[in-house]
Amino acid sequence: MAQVSSIADEQTSTPLSSSKSITLKIARYNPEHDESSKFMEFSIPYEKWTTVLEAILEVKKHFDHSVAVRYSCRQATCGSCGMIINGKPRLACFTKISELNSDIVTVEPMNNFPIIRDLAVKFERLFDSHQKIKPYLIRDDSELEADAKEFLQSPQELEQYIQFANCIKCGLCNSACPTMATDSSFVGPQALAQAYRYVADSRDKGKDSRLKIIDDSHGIWRCHFAGSCSQVCPKGVDPAMGIQLLRGYLLGFRS
Amino acid sequence: MTQDERKEGIKGMANPGRYGIERVAYWLMRLSGLGLLGYFVAHIYETSNILRGQVGWDEFLDLTQTTEGHLFLTLVIGMCVFHTVNGIRVMLGHGGVGVGKPARPDYPYDPASQNYRHKIGIYSAILLAAVAMMYGLAVMFGE
Repeated sequence: MAQVSSIADEQTSTPLSSSKSITLKIARYNPEHDESSKFMEFSIPYEKWTTVLEAILEVKKHFDHSVAVRYSCRQATCGSCGMIINGKPRLACFTKISELNSDIVTVEPMNNFPIIRDLAVKFERLFDSHQKIKPYLIRDDSELEADAKEFLQSPQELEQYIQFANCIKCGLCNSACPTMATDSSFVGPQALAQAYRYVADSRDKGKDSRLKIIDDSHGIWRCHFAGSCSQVCPKGVDPAMGIQLLRGYLLGFRS
Repeated sequence: MTQDERKEGIKGMANPGRYGIERVAYWLMRLSGLGLLGYFVAHIYETSNILRGQVGWDEFLDLTQTTEGHLFLTLVIGMCVFHTVNGIRVMLGHGGVGVGKPARPDYPYDPASQNYRHKIGIYSAILLAAVAMMYGLAVMFGE
């Protein structure tokens, strides 16, 4: 019990005692014994700087500690706290309640991901897709054994992919994608953007093998450039741009 | 599809307003594509009536000379124009044209691929479709 108490004390760093309050609606669902999800409502005080994650942790601390939510860094770096907030995929730690301009804040688990419980979803498929596109530099073994320990790169070459290296694998892009909503086999914008990140890296020599992987009926051709992935990305990765540039390689516009 | 999978499904497409005009364009592109496919099938059936001779052909053609027929053809004109113009925009985008260049993103991270060029393309497609529909209505109902 003492351990539970100490975890709860750690959960919210800022006491919430403002006169302003919102109604926080949290989707509750346990696939093991619930038929469908249902919402629980809590009245939560908030300040100008209070994030949705802090409001959820307030619920866990004072009302119902059984609410399942995944989080870690609280600064949009770990990519753990992605969820649907007022109908749109966002990071809970990166979304201030005051920015939502609503007296009711509804939080649900991300779409297109299997639910573990409540707001926590399974990331296995996202990580599998990410792994599938070989997210590492591919070089000949002989080069790696040579005396040269660095692969030099100019600042201009770095600019070609550095934007896409900001991906934190939060899954918001996959949650917003309309193709992911209907095609269970689609590789997804996250993995495709990462494929571009490595294809565009001047140090990499695995372009052909990566293009072969994504040149599939459920691969890059299923993207219809709706752009929703880029609109919800909390790190400015712009997966839609990466996917279109990547498709340029396959269509012969780029080499 | 179980609750456990939480696939958004078709209703994700039926609520395009959350993600701006680009998602609306995606939704209209899908709808107009399906509509034109339906029209293509109906058109083959319609033209096959010529096998019934001139009387059969004229009888079927009379169906399009009604108010409902004119409205249907106006809709087809709109779908055709939107699908063509927006299709050119999407094809250019697929080739990497007009989607911007990779650069270090700055907060608030406005995506470069959702730029004004593509927005102009989408609004142009909608506007041209509306103009073509109005012209079609004027021709068909103006007599």
